[in-house]
Amino acid sequence: MLKIKNLEAGYGKIRVLKRISLHVNPGEIVTLIGANGAGKTTLLAAITGLIRATAGEILLKGDNLERLKPEGIVFRGCSLVPEGRQVFATMNVRENLVLGAYVQHRQGKRQLQEGIEYIYDLFPVLRERRHQLAGTLSGGEQQMLAMGRALMAKPALLMLDEPSTGLAPLIVKNIFQIITRLREAGNTVLLIEQNAKAALRVADRGYVLETGKIILEGSSEDLLTNRDVQRAYLGRDVKEN
Amino acid sequence: MTLELFSQYLLAGITYGIIYAIVGIGFNIIYNTTGIINFAQGEFVMLGGMISISLYQWLPLPLAIGAAVILVMLIGALVEILFIRWLDRPSVLRMIIITIGISILIREAALHVWGEGVRSLPYFVGNEITTVPVLGARVSPQVLWVIGVCTVMVLGLSLFFKYTLQGKKMQACASNRVAATLCGISTKNMVTLSFMLSAGIGALAGCVMSPITYTQYDVGTGLAIKGFTVAILGGLGSSMAAVAAGLLLGIIESFSVSVVPLAFQDAISISLLLAILFLRPHGLFGNKDAADLKEF
Ligand SMILES: Nc1ncnc2c1ncn2[C@@H]1O[C@H](COP(=O)(O)OP(=O)(O)O)[C@@H](O)[C@H]1O
Ligand SMILES: [Mg+2]
Repeated sequence: MLKIKNLEAGYGKIRVLKRISLHVNPGEIVTLIGANGAGKTTLLAAITGLIRATAGEILLKGDNLERLKPEGIVFRGCSLVPEGRQVFATMNVRENLVLGAYVQHRQGKRQLQEGIEYIYDLFPVLRERRHQLAGTLSGGEQQMLAMGRALMAKPALLMLDEPSTGLAPLIVKNIFQIITRLREAGNTVLLIEQNAKAALRVADRGYVLETGKIILEGSSEDLLTNRDVQRAYLGRDVKEN
Repeated sequence: MTLELFSQYLLAGITYGIIYAIVGIGFNIIYNTTGIINFAQGEFVMLGGMISISLYQWLPLPLAIGAAVILVMLIGALVEILFIRWLDRPSVLRMIIITIGISILIREAALHVWGEGVRSLPYFVGNEITTVPVLGARVSPQVLWVIGVCTVMVLGLSLFFKYTLQGKKMQACASNRVAATLCGISTKNMVTLSFMLSAGIGALAGCVMSPITYTQYDVGTGLAIKGFTVAILGGLGSSMAAVAAGLLLGIIESFSVSVVPLAFQDAISISLLLAILFLRPHGLFGNKDAADLKEF
């Protein structure tokens, strides 16, 4: 699905990502874990075309994304749920979802409505709040809305940037359950997280990013039992929770 | 003050007020999608008037107006593509200087093409002395044309933003640009569209007002100041508030004639603008929290 080879990217002269290689197979949940400032968001910005890679390749379903604009990349089937949700605060829940389906705007009214119903089934709270302005939702509800909006595009690859950050434990649990359900429905997910333990529990495979480099990769079980990962990422998690 | 005089002032106030409102909405449309205050907004109004007057030599009035509006929309798109599109996250100050530059450029070009003379379109119905009775006063039917066309534009715009896909896309850009991009919306195209829309409504207003206010190469400056006052007064970004603020300013100006000399009329809007900027920078109807989020 997604294949990244020797990617380098950054901001102006600042090089953040250093020779990143990773891949996501169809139907997989892959997680990328790393501490604050490791370069996780930067990687997603490079994949979505918000910043330009200075070297390396990004292939989606075998096609190079290099020349495409960010909006073109969305049309290719790669949707991002950004860090900090970024909902359309001044519009209501339903309008947010409708805009999420923009890349599918040639679909009929009925398919659009079915898509919305599917999201409401996935996140029942959004159905209750469908006429409420997105800016007035709680953090957890906004996260669900941001996920719902991205799913409305029916993406081949869904990317989530720290969906659990800043949310109460119960809501985090709920969000990760939904991610599991998304895999059961056949979605492919790249999950970026600081919450390594929760992410590795739902993912098939994982990568560990440290200061712009991938230092470890492996199956989720291997990473969960890896001494270095336990010390650097899981130990702290245990203490914090 | 007699009822007749009162109605006369009121209608004059509404006529100017709704024109200010259209210019103010023009500011808002561009501000909402880009965060830019386009000081060339008044020039779109002038161009609408001037181009339609020129085309009227060869075309019947409705066609001349239609063609003028379309041409000004294309000019609006051209301005955006030439001067704005390629800038990467410019500062507010830089944008203000650029749009003031654009307005000077258009004004000088208009001076070159049309000269300093005062021109106007003919009255749509009747002539200078035709009047119709309204609220006990007698006014030119052109006044009703101005009020009618501008009202239809305001309603049309709100329907456009509420019910059309393009309108929704523009609103999405206004609400959150990154999120709009992530939904697959080309924010650059939306910016071009917002310039076209602002140019179009300004141009049409310029056509309908031309018979009563006349058109000259430099009318844009004054209108831009009034429109900007109205946009700020209403709280930047809100179109319905701009309408209310526009009518308020128009009516205040018009009644002021009975108290202070005509020469002071323009001073009123400038004083109002300064007072608002000092006392309530988020506007009369605006929300302070929202204003705090804005960049300046
Ligand atoms: N817009 C930016 N301009 C310059 N440097 C940035 C920008 N955004 C992030 N960085 C830097 O890039 C590095 C990686 O940041 P980021 O990708 O946001 O990390 P993460 O998402 O893993 O917390 C950090 O050192 C950060 O300071
Ligand atoms: Mg981040």
